[in-house]
Amino acid sequence: MTARIGVITFPGSLDDRDTRRAIRLAGAEPVALWHREKELKQVDAVVLPGGFSYGDYLRAGAISRFSPVMDTLIGEARGGLPVLGICNGFQVLTETHLLPGAMLRNNHLHFICREQKLRVENAETAWTTDFTAGQEIHIPLKNVDGRYVADERTLDTLEAEGRVVFRYRDLNPNGSLRDIAGITNEAGNVVGLMPHPEHAVDPMVGTGGTDGLGFFTSILKKLVSA
Amino acid sequence: MSLDTTKHAADTPGTEQPWAELGLKQDEYERIREILGRRPTGAELAMYSVMWSEHCSYKSSKVHLKQFGEKAPENDAMLVGIGENAGVVDVGQGYAVTFKVESHNHPSYVEPYQGAATGVGGIVRDILAMGARPVAVMDPLRFGAADHEDTKRVLPGVVSGIGGYGNCLGLPNIGGEVVFDPCYQGNPLVNALCVGVMKHEDIHLAKASGAGNKVILYGARTGGDGIGGVSVLASETFESTGPAKRPAVQVGDPFQEKLLIECTLEIFAEDLVAGIQDLGGAGLSCATSELASAGSGGMRVELDTVPLRDASLSPEEILMSESQERMCAIVEPDKVARFLEICEKWDVIATVIGEVTDGDRLEIYWHGEQIVDVPPRTVAHEGPVYHRPYARPDWQDALQADDAGKLPRPADAGELREQVLKLVASPNQASKSWVTDQYDRFVQGNTVLAQPEDSGMIRIDEETNLGVAVATDGNGRYAKLDPYTGAQLALAESYRNVAASGAKPLAVTDCLNFGSPEDPAVMWQFAEACRGLADACLELGTPVTGGNVSLYNQTGETAIHPTPVVGVLGVIDDVTRRTPMAFAEDGQLVYLLGETREELGGSAWSQVVHGHLGGLPPKVDLARERLLAEILIAGSRDGMIDAAHDLSDGGLIQAVTESCLKGGRGARLVVPEGLDPFVFLFSESAGRAIVAVPRSEELRFTDMCGARGLPATRVGVIDGDAVEVQGQFSIPLAELREAHEATIPALLA
Repeated sequence: MTARIGVITFPGSLDDRDTRRAIRLAGAEPVALWHREKELKQVDAVVLPGGFSYGDYLRAGAISRFSPVMDTLIGEARGGLPVLGICNGFQVLTETHLLPGAMLRNNHLHFICREQKLRVENAETAWTTDFTAGQEIHIPLKNVDGRYVADERTLDTLEAEGRVVFRYRDLNPNGSLRDIAGITNEAGNVVGLMPHPEHAVDPMVGTGGTDGLGFFTSILKKLVSA
Repeated sequence: MSLDTTKHAADTPGTEQPWAELGLKQDEYERIREILGRRPTGAELAMYSVMWSEHCSYKSSKVHLKQFGEKAPENDAMLVGIGENAGVVDVGQGYAVTFKVESHNHPSYVEPYQGAATGVGGIVRDILAMGARPVAVMDPLRFGAADHEDTKRVLPGVVSGIGGYGNCLGLPNIGGEVVFDPCYQGNPLVNALCVGVMKHEDIHLAKASGAGNKVILYGARTGGDGIGGVSVLASETFESTGPAKRPAVQVGDPFQEKLLIECTLEIFAEDLVAGIQDLGGAGLSCATSELASAGSGGMRVELDTVPLRDASLSPEEILMSESQERMCAIVEPDKVARFLEICEKWDVIATVIGEVTDGDRLEIYWHGEQIVDVPPRTVAHEGPVYHRPYARPDWQDALQADDAGKLPRPADAGELREQVLKLVASPNQASKSWVTDQYDRFVQGNTVLAQPEDSGMIRIDEETNLGVAVATDGNGRYAKLDPYTGAQLALAESYRNVAASGAKPLAVTDCLNFGSPEDPAVMWQFAEACRGLADACLELGTPVTGGNVSLYNQTGETAIHPTPVVGVLGVIDDVTRRTPMAFAEDGQLVYLLGETREELGGSAWSQVVHGHLGGLPPKVDLARERLLAEILIAGSRDGMIDAAHDLSDGGLIQAVTESCLKGGRGARLVVPEGLDPFVFLFSESAGRAIVAVPRSEELRFTDMCGARGLPATRVGVIDGDAVEVQGQFSIPLAELREAHEATIPALLA
């Protein structure tokens, strides 16, 4: 048997098809979920993909947070359902308060697309067990609202509880506080990050790296062995 | 003001009409009266004025563009040719690819962000209207001098407009160009290319047939933006002192466009449309008249049903509005309900605004009263045709006589080294990553190659690894020296770029950017460029499938360099065989393919070192280009070459620098016997490329070149961390990188 991993499509989602492909390449079964439907189709985990949901005209992720599917998802995530938010998905997770903090416009004010080096700080979340703590990986980054901010106390708590999952290495591409690229909730089932693991799963395309597959093989192993 | 109905127009023949303000000439206005047998209504006048504008009617260029059809090479791959929203080419395995380049020059000067953004939006809808999923975009751009004040206003706005719109659509931006030259000050060129993929059976055409079929307008509401954009902006020269033209530029909403794409693809998948057209320049006037003109019957439209953003718009304004993100579909009555349901799913507004009739007139009503009653062909396809006078300019001889070969050359190796560094750091030769890093090149997960590679390459089938490659090129300096050769060089370079990546060139799209057609010198440049391009397409076997003409690119008396931008589409059976540009492995041999002559006219060296433009551009040998392409493709397919990079502006040293920096490896070069080191490094002879050959493949590769008659000269080896020209100089990679990469951020960031 394999695991069923849902990918939610909001109006303006862009990387939903890519994420479904990454899930398939990792050996799991991708399931398309639609923002207007409350039903999660009995998936074992959910990914919120990148894009510009609702055009991000108000604030990145601010509108998607109120879509019918999110009503269900917020409750399930609090109950332990593994959820990964990538880029716009991370922004949606902070808007729902499943993860603390917020994303502001990049400090240089431009959209930036580059191959980014990250250090895995926590290899024990639902989405990172196939990495080792301290491992450096390369994942493409592309965003305009990617600067992670939170108040000092929250940042200290995240650090103290080991909830900073990824940090930017070599170059902080957007001015994120403490070089934070991704974080998790207390239970470790909800993870959000700005870089795009679904774009690093196939040596033939993109930067040619495959470090992103680890996200999807991590969750697959956890679900299949559970 | 009371409504100007057709009846009212017939009753009041003497009414003064603002035809001149709308950009029509006296004889054009007279012809409209003749066609209709009465004066046009205000709404009819609006339609004719936008549709007969230079931008929509190609009235000055038509007689020359004909050659692209007349001289088109036999090509089995052509599925849809010139005249539709975009051409379509068969790439095998049941797939068809559609691609086209268009200009959005004038709007981008007036309002850089929105002008560039809506340029992307417009070309994407053209591709979508053919039935294809858009899979990539690229943007050939031209700006004034890099350090000019206006470039600092226009460039950042254009780049963020392209990024802001394209990134939000989820389309990878995989190539294009950024070129600086003072001739584009006040007249930037913002061209946009889009590629789309579909199955053969999914091809859709823009025509309205079948009486009783419904006309559905869907997408954004119609607003007051871009009214008269076509006639006012694209068809008239900017006066240095005139009123601001900002209100005529359209405003883009990429989120709406993304919904429109997904919604339309779902509609195609259920086979719900009989004909479809996007709304771009000239808005509803264009869509209704073109659909009706291309179809078999007439059309009746109830204009007051069009959803509006501004309820106070007059019928004339609604017809002329260029509000973005709108499409018009012809739908059989029993499919309308399902069509509307899909639109509702995607939160896209859709309205039945009329139907196809069995007559032969386009009739438009406003609250029950007829305001338009015209033969649609006279609006859309039978506009004016001008045979504009053209003459070789009197300065052309002097320009060509001013030979760049006479310019002072570097006196010693030290000066040669200095000029190499100056060249690779010059704005045109410097790295453009500051620009391209603002575009998403990864989305959709099929990008095999992207800028700064020779061509952008997209995988279109994950199972078979079938892919397509696209490159765009154009060198206005060459074309200024000789427009016929310049246009051929643009095609040759683009063709070479596609082949250097390992793909077989198939078809062409072009964007012809020129000055005012009312100037006989400009018209001569245009005529020569068309003739050159058509001749070269015939010889290379790559037909023009569509494109765009942008005239009036001049401020006052000064025209831009003639700038034909040529896009070439190629196919590659297996993208795993693609050839990247990077020198990545020490010990591999560097071969120079083709012949190097002393050709410096229009070269980057003459521009960078001497600020000079004169002489003749490099010679074109299309048979040689074809042979070079065949060798590059065979070398890639059979694993004989690991890297390839085309030689063009900047010559060999520029290409070696780029390949070395991309791969992070140095190279030791030896000047071939009989060649002057300066000519070896800086000449821009066409029909050349450098390749990296693994030692184990050397014999096989040189045998192949020898047997086919392509000169292949071993000029060095990949090694170390410097670019060294033996007996001349050595430049550490770090120093080259600093020179090559620091320029653009220093000017613009």
